[in-house]
Amino acid sequence: MNLRMGEFKVHRVRFFNYVPPGIRCVAYNNQSNRLAVSRTDGTVEIYNLSANYFQEKFFPGHESRATEALCWAEGQRLFSAGLNGEILEYDLQALNIKYAMDAFGGPIWSMIASPSGSQLLVGCEDGSVKLFQITPDKIQFERNFDRQKSRILSLSWHPSGTHIAAGSIDYISVFDVKSGSAIHKMIVDRQYMGVSKRKCIVWGVAFLSDGTVISVDSAGKVQFWDSATGTLVKSHLVANADVQSIAVADQEDSFVVGTAEGTVFHFQLVSVTSNSTEKQWVRTKPFQHHTHDVRTVAHSPTALISGGTDTHLVIRPLMEKVEVKNYDAALRKITFPHRRLISCSKKRQLLLFQFAHHLELWRLGSTVATGKNGDTLPLSKNADHLLHLKTKGPENIICSSISPCGSWIAYSTASRVFLYRLNYEHDNISLQRVSKMPAFLRSALQILFSEDSAKLFVASNQGSLHIIQLLEGSFKHLHTFQPQSGTVEAMCLLAVSPDGNWLAASGTSAGVHVYNVKHLKLHCTVPAYNFPVTALAIAPNTNNLVIAHSDQQVFEYSIPDKQYTEWSRNVQKQGFHHLWLQRDTPITHISFHPKRPMHILLHDAYMFCIIDKSLPLPNDKTVLYNPLPPTNESDVFRRRTAHAFKISKIYKPLLFMDLLDERTLVAVERPLDDIIAQLPPPIKKKKFGT
Amino acid sequence: MAALEEEFTLSAVTLGARPDGLLGVEQTDRTDHFLVTDRSRTVILYKVSDQKPLGSWSVKQGQIITCPAVCNFQTGEHIVVHDDKVLRIWNNEDVNLDKVFKATLSAEVHRVHSVQGAEPVVLFRGGAARGLEALLAEPQQKIETVLSDGEVIKWTKFFVVFRHPVIVFITEKDGNHFAYVQMLHSRNLSKYTLLLEQEEKSVTRSFTASVDRKFISLMTLSSDGCVYETLIPIYPSDTEKNQRLVRSPLLKAVVSGAAPNGVTLAALDPDHVAVLGAPLPSSKECLSIWNTKFQTLQTSKELPQGTSGQLWCYGEHLFLLHGKCLTVVPCRCGASSLAGALGKLRRAQDPGSQTMPHFVNWEVAQGCEPGAQKSEQLRRILRRKKSEVSLQPEVPASEQLLSTIKNGSEKHIEVELRKFLAKWTPDSHAVLGDVVAALLGRGEAEPSFYPRSCLMQLLQTHALSHSLCPGLMDTALAKADVQMLQLCLRHFPDVPESLTCACLKIFLSIGDDSLQGAHVSMESVCEHSSSEQDESTEEQPEILRNGFSPGDSNCGTCEQELREEPQGPAAEAASCPVTPKRAALLNGILGSAYSETFLLPHLKDIPAQHVTLFLQYLYFLYLKCSENATMTLPGMHPPTLSQIMDWICLLLDANFTVVLMIPEAKRLLINLYKFVKSQISVYSELNKIEVSFRELQKLNQEKNNRGLYSIEVLELF
Repeated sequence: MNLRMGEFKVHRVRFFNYVPPGIRCVAYNNQSNRLAVSRTDGTVEIYNLSANYFQEKFFPGHESRATEALCWAEGQRLFSAGLNGEILEYDLQALNIKYAMDAFGGPIWSMIASPSGSQLLVGCEDGSVKLFQITPDKIQFERNFDRQKSRILSLSWHPSGTHIAAGSIDYISVFDVKSGSAIHKMIVDRQYMGVSKRKCIVWGVAFLSDGTVISVDSAGKVQFWDSATGTLVKSHLVANADVQSIAVADQEDSFVVGTAEGTVFHFQLVSVTSNSTEKQWVRTKPFQHHTHDVRTVAHSPTALISGGTDTHLVIRPLMEKVEVKNYDAALRKITFPHRRLISCSKKRQLLLFQFAHHLELWRLGSTVATGKNGDTLPLSKNADHLLHLKTKGPENIICSSISPCGSWIAYSTASRVFLYRLNYEHDNISLQRVSKMPAFLRSALQILFSEDSAKLFVASNQGSLHIIQLLEGSFKHLHTFQPQSGTVEAMCLLAVSPDGNWLAASGTSAGVHVYNVKHLKLHCTVPAYNFPVTALAIAPNTNNLVIAHSDQQVFEYSIPDKQYTEWSRNVQKQGFHHLWLQRDTPITHISFHPKRPMHILLHDAYMFCIIDKSLPLPNDKTVLYNPLPPTNESDVFRRRTAHAFKISKIYKPLLFMDLLDERTLVAVERPLDDIIAQLPPPIKKKKFGT
Repeated sequence: MAALEEEFTLSAVTLGARPDGLLGVEQTDRTDHFLVTDRSRTVILYKVSDQKPLGSWSVKQGQIITCPAVCNFQTGEHIVVHDDKVLRIWNNEDVNLDKVFKATLSAEVHRVHSVQGAEPVVLFRGGAARGLEALLAEPQQKIETVLSDGEVIKWTKFFVVFRHPVIVFITEKDGNHFAYVQMLHSRNLSKYTLLLEQEEKSVTRSFTASVDRKFISLMTLSSDGCVYETLIPIYPSDTEKNQRLVRSPLLKAVVSGAAPNGVTLAALDPDHVAVLGAPLPSSKECLSIWNTKFQTLQTSKELPQGTSGQLWCYGEHLFLLHGKCLTVVPCRCGASSLAGALGKLRRAQDPGSQTMPHFVNWEVAQGCEPGAQKSEQLRRILRRKKSEVSLQPEVPASEQLLSTIKNGSEKHIEVELRKFLAKWTPDSHAVLGDVVAALLGRGEAEPSFYPRSCLMQLLQTHALSHSLCPGLMDTALAKADVQMLQLCLRHFPDVPESLTCACLKIFLSIGDDSLQGAHVSMESVCEHSSSEQDESTEEQPEILRNGFSPGDSNCGTCEQELREEPQGPAAEAASCPVTPKRAALLNGILGSAYSETFLLPHLKDIPAQHVTLFLQYLYFLYLKCSENATMTLPGMHPPTLSQIMDWICLLLDANFTVVLMIPEAKRLLINLYKFVKSQISVYSELNKIEVSFRELQKLNQEKNNRGLYSIEVLELF
């Protein structure tokens, strides 16, 4: 059967057994409108809420570094602390850990920055509360507060900086910061609906400027205390399970709590009667966006942010605070990383899957059958799991890549880059590690092989790009492009032209740099754009660089001409379809059709699209998604409605899609149900007779 | 809610007592003191709380005051202008106006304005404005003329916006109105043309304005009786000289356009305006407060002795001339909220089987919705057609109807009403309120007059609400007109709980014989005929327990009781404890909106035997509900299970101790108790079953799962 223009055989892959780690902490930074998220494996991600919630940076996790607390201090410095007893500071430019400092108090359960941002307070397993001074390049231990009996699980600073509240097991202490002594101890009731529980853990506290302390605890209570007298003022029973997190808005007129039942409750300070000045806290809105424990919540000026064991990061805008009812007012649920975890060898039809501590190599199956749209073809050979490559050491894998020829695999952790040579002999496969990697190759943010698999490009976290020549079983360092003087910004995305002459690299904020690999010099820099780059690729033959940004704009830049192409200008002039701009996941991969230079293939988590540059662009009146085959419609109608964007939403959530050859696609899906199946069962809630 | 309190007269003189009224009432630096200026020669300072004058000043014979006296808030002095050009400034201590400071100006003064927090401003007839200080420094300075020939200032107002004094004045020339906004600090004068719809031959009768951050909201009362709003930007957006402003309707038909005396309005706060004028051509003049947000009449007060058509509003005091006396009416305007006006919304899920009563859409009222304009146009066309045909002087249908109501016979009114309703559009619902009020008003005057069929017709429009015609239900209650009450309960979205409860009392207590004659809508009642009953009784025992068999339960103690149970409810379910007509009425109560907190106290007043009867009926309904799997009752708009349960709970909450004491209720209580108990066991069983179902669901999902790997064909179009 003659395959028609838009017809493909699709390898639909669902065996990528990826489970995102659960979310442990979120910390919102009002100054930069960024959100830091830490996961149970120690990974820390930075989301730029102004750039369409794009995950612009991440710090790889570490087996022994379970973060329990995350906070911003001194403006835009990010700190975390965890059960290994260390306080870490992250370098947001170079994307590595600046330093780790032991607090010497056992596991750290809580940490908070002072209202001025110049001090850090940590609560430790041994019941100590330790104060650290933040110096320009480090932190310095200052003093201990009065030691408490049991671990300090939560801390909150009074906005004036004079007092703190510390939640422990069965009680809350209020400390005077100056003297470091506890001035009140407020005992939390263990009783839970008449039944005495063993212990009542105070999971979160919040100190308001009027002296009220709000606590949330394992008995499902949200309680209001008067810190001046140490008395309980009001108690709300909100859940049958633990209330695990609390966050207060800066204006102190609303706060949010998250429960182990997956519910998030919004509390607001409202007038008792209309136009009276007397106000009280009222539980206003429950949100059930999670199935499992909500371990952490944050309150931005316009949204409630929550995350937990079910791995979703949920951003729920407060409709009354959103001024323009546009797409920003929609609920966001972020589940998958905004970077590629999969690479593919087209020649050998191999897929390399990246997990936190291992890599998996799979060979795709095959079929000889043909069919029509929507058919599932009988397999003549099933997919094979070829290799399971475990990393050594406790560090998570940052990035990985398989060469197009399938004979090289490279990956990097935070401290080492590994390179392997694969040999195929009939059905056997052997793996040989290339030893003695050069000393300067300590850690890579992105690794890429050239199309002919002869060169390896490594983006290091110092902003430099290394080019390495690969020989049979060994390698040679060819060149290093040093970062632009004065910048240390790490490069996170790489693209190489199929002819091997051009290398494009992009960081998180500055423009895209294009290097001439032959002459080993910087060729040009694509003008910087307001939104971060989410994907890059260079087209064959024309050497047009296609760039996707987090605001869903796509640009095409001609490298030889050093200017945007005519098509790109046209697109900018006419603008994208409004539905295209309203998609809420970033484009993570771009590729090209070897035989059709006018086609660009790209995908995000919920659709993949072929842009046919020869067709007219859709305007806002045309239907962007045309899911139905135009079987009964006349040719005229079809020609009239045909536009450049051919979109398919069949595969979702789509983590990776690429062209294997001109008639074959590979799509890697990760159904949410499969992820949920691997999570612990949620707390069971009664459906009847409540 | 806004409210007008008892008026009082400022004693003393029957001021100049000219029919054309006063020159003005102005605030002073003391909150309680007001300057009243006569149209001839006198200025009086009143202390309002004491209702007495503190001082009085007159100009010499032959001189005439041309502009109301004002207080300079910065110095506490009073300022008045007589003979157009002579400015006088004096203190409370001064006795003779002749001996006080005098300045003769070079141009004729229109008005002197003074407000708290700003220097007084003098506005000249030529349209120029000067600060008082600057003027006094050089009284004979040349004053330019801004206005063109023949252009006359009709109305002025002075604001302080962000500490910037702004003066607004409206002028008229050849029937066209212009608005001027002058920023005094920057001496920036903007001129706007106020556009009216050309077809409307209305004349603007009164102006008032309020200010918010960027706009002056100018409200005008037109001779067609409607209030219009025009937004005038304080800061001119572009430098173009002559900008046009369009007015949008805000309130319709608040006064009769044909009223002999002047009509006037005053803005009280952003949401309320006070309107002075006769609502009907023939009626006495009224002072009424309207809520512009919800377009509702909040309160009104009749002024039988007539007014001068002037109204001043300062803080919580409204000043007007009633008869020949200056009268002060204190008023209060509470914050208005929709939530406060509505209880729980009834039948929210009911998918539009009934047109919901028409709430005023205040977006529409501002004229930004095309639909409103369309109907407006439509009506205009209709009206034009009519005038072409009849060639009679145009009298609005509502006014004609209202005058018929005043003195026509009941038959005549009915005919007129039918005519009126044929042409009626939903957006003029306020008129319907007026019609009902007029009907009820006449009923009050003549006890024999009860235009039942007219009221019924009006109710059928679905456009009425309790707040629109507050007296209707009271009248119906007084007449024990159950049919009317049933209609009210169904169509009003905002019946107060006290009235709901009063209806309930009537419905429970009214004798069967008087019910016999009433035409009650029976659509909410299914035929509880005994034949049907017989068929169902046989299956009842199983169904009643929702498939739960006590045999497998671990609740051993209740087993015995439950075994005995079936006969009880079955026997009771066999007959409805009330007649079908009464049932239909009670169903109306069940379907009405309420808030528990407000309803509970009223429920306590119901006599014990009626509580028992109602409980028996509710229990009966509950049993009927349990008969089918969907737990619903047959019929149109039957009460839902949750409504029934809510009412059982409410009744028991309100009257539990009473019910406990009544021997007849004992059996009922035992049955209810058993039900609760069995229900708990059912739910615990359901919870167990749920787990098994979930497993089944999981198996089902796995079947649908396409497997981990497949090769498929995809065609993109």
